[in-house]
Amino acid sequence: MYTTELKEQGGKVAPVSIVSEDPELVAAFEARVAADEFIEPKDWMPEAYRRTLVRQISQHAHSEIVGMLPEGNWLTRAPSLRRKAILLAKVQDEGGHGLYLYCAAETLGTSREEMIEALHAGKAKYSTIFNYPTLTWADIGAIGWLVDGAAIMNQVPLQRTSYGPYARAMIRVCKEESFHQRQGYEIMMTLGAGTAEQKAMAQDALNRWWWPSLMMFGPPDADSPNSAQGFRWRIKRDSNDDLRRKFVDATVPQAEFLGLTIPDPDLRWNAEKEGYDFGEIDWEEFYAVVRGEGPTARERMKARRDAWEQGAWVREAADAHEAKRRARLAA
Amino acid sequence: MSHDWPLWEVFIRSKGGLSHKHVGSVHAPDGELALRHARDVYTRRLEGVSLWVVQSSDIVASDPDQSGPMFEPAETKIYRHPTFYDIPDAVGHM
Repeated sequence: MYTTELKEQGGKVAPVSIVSEDPELVAAFEARVAADEFIEPKDWMPEAYRRTLVRQISQHAHSEIVGMLPEGNWLTRAPSLRRKAILLAKVQDEGGHGLYLYCAAETLGTSREEMIEALHAGKAKYSTIFNYPTLTWADIGAIGWLVDGAAIMNQVPLQRTSYGPYARAMIRVCKEESFHQRQGYEIMMTLGAGTAEQKAMAQDALNRWWWPSLMMFGPPDADSPNSAQGFRWRIKRDSNDDLRRKFVDATVPQAEFLGLTIPDPDLRWNAEKEGYDFGEIDWEEFYAVVRGEGPTARERMKARRDAWEQGAWVREAADAHEAKRRARLAA
Repeated sequence: MSHDWPLWEVFIRSKGGLSHKHVGSVHAPDGELALRHARDVYTRRLEGVSLWVVQSSDIVASDPDQSGPMFEPAETKIYRHPTFYDIPDAVGHM
């Protein structure tokens, strides 16, 4: 799935200074990035570039891992064996995406252990979208269609981001993500063509997931102080608002095809700009969720910690097995 | 876990006749588990017919800061390329 880079305290963090770096090295680095060259793990890079990437990639990885939870809730309650097999494959993909990304972050000098500990201690951020509950089966459709749809919109440009390991992880993720969106839309189509009750369920899911999906693109451009440096270093390739507009333009006709209504009274086609105008986003809600005040934030972290602690014996057994094997070899 | 398991680099042969190619890495306590993890993480969609895992610390890599002196000599020896030689068209394909 995806995370947009979440800043502490509502996105008001000053850009990191690069003044203390060797200006010649910085200039050479920036020239390489400007020439669309990829930066690889052992190449010289400014400390601020490294730190920004560690934060962004690890948040992205955490989002994939936490993203398994809302859907995992429905694995045992999927309405058919076909849906269950599909959902299981999707959740497994999200786990895989988390692992690609943790590896990419590790090439920058952070360890897996540090990242997992930060997540479990509640110190690391992950995408706010996963702090909403999945109340009905229609939510699984809406997540695939809207949340993965927004994720794809965000991730496609990251395939050309300047840091090689991150770009390569994104290529794998994007290749696998399209199935996620399509299976979600198929669930919505089935519900939309069903009984009045099923259609109402689909509409209710759209009502609850629409605004959180728009928030996935991050704060408005005016509140993104780090953007200029992000663009210059090709960590960011499109602005939050541009991607959000692109998502709305692509998604509204898909909702119309389903016979569902987007829950935004201000949404209307603007012939002049050939795109949709849409209503204001409630950013207070967004920042409350970023601060971990979402209705299910605590539940998510508890599920993560429980899984980690209850799986400890498996890790210990693997360690013991390896120690025994090594001892036998040495004997 | 109070420590990270060693890192292993994963290489996949996508089909017979092609060489193994680096695809990513996994953590595992030993080679056997590294192979299993690599299978789960990197071959969920028929990505390959053969897997290699190599402990990352066993890889010896060239220094990117030395890539100039390391690879530059190839750039100046253009006579190693067939296009360096002018052969008249009349001679035909060579």
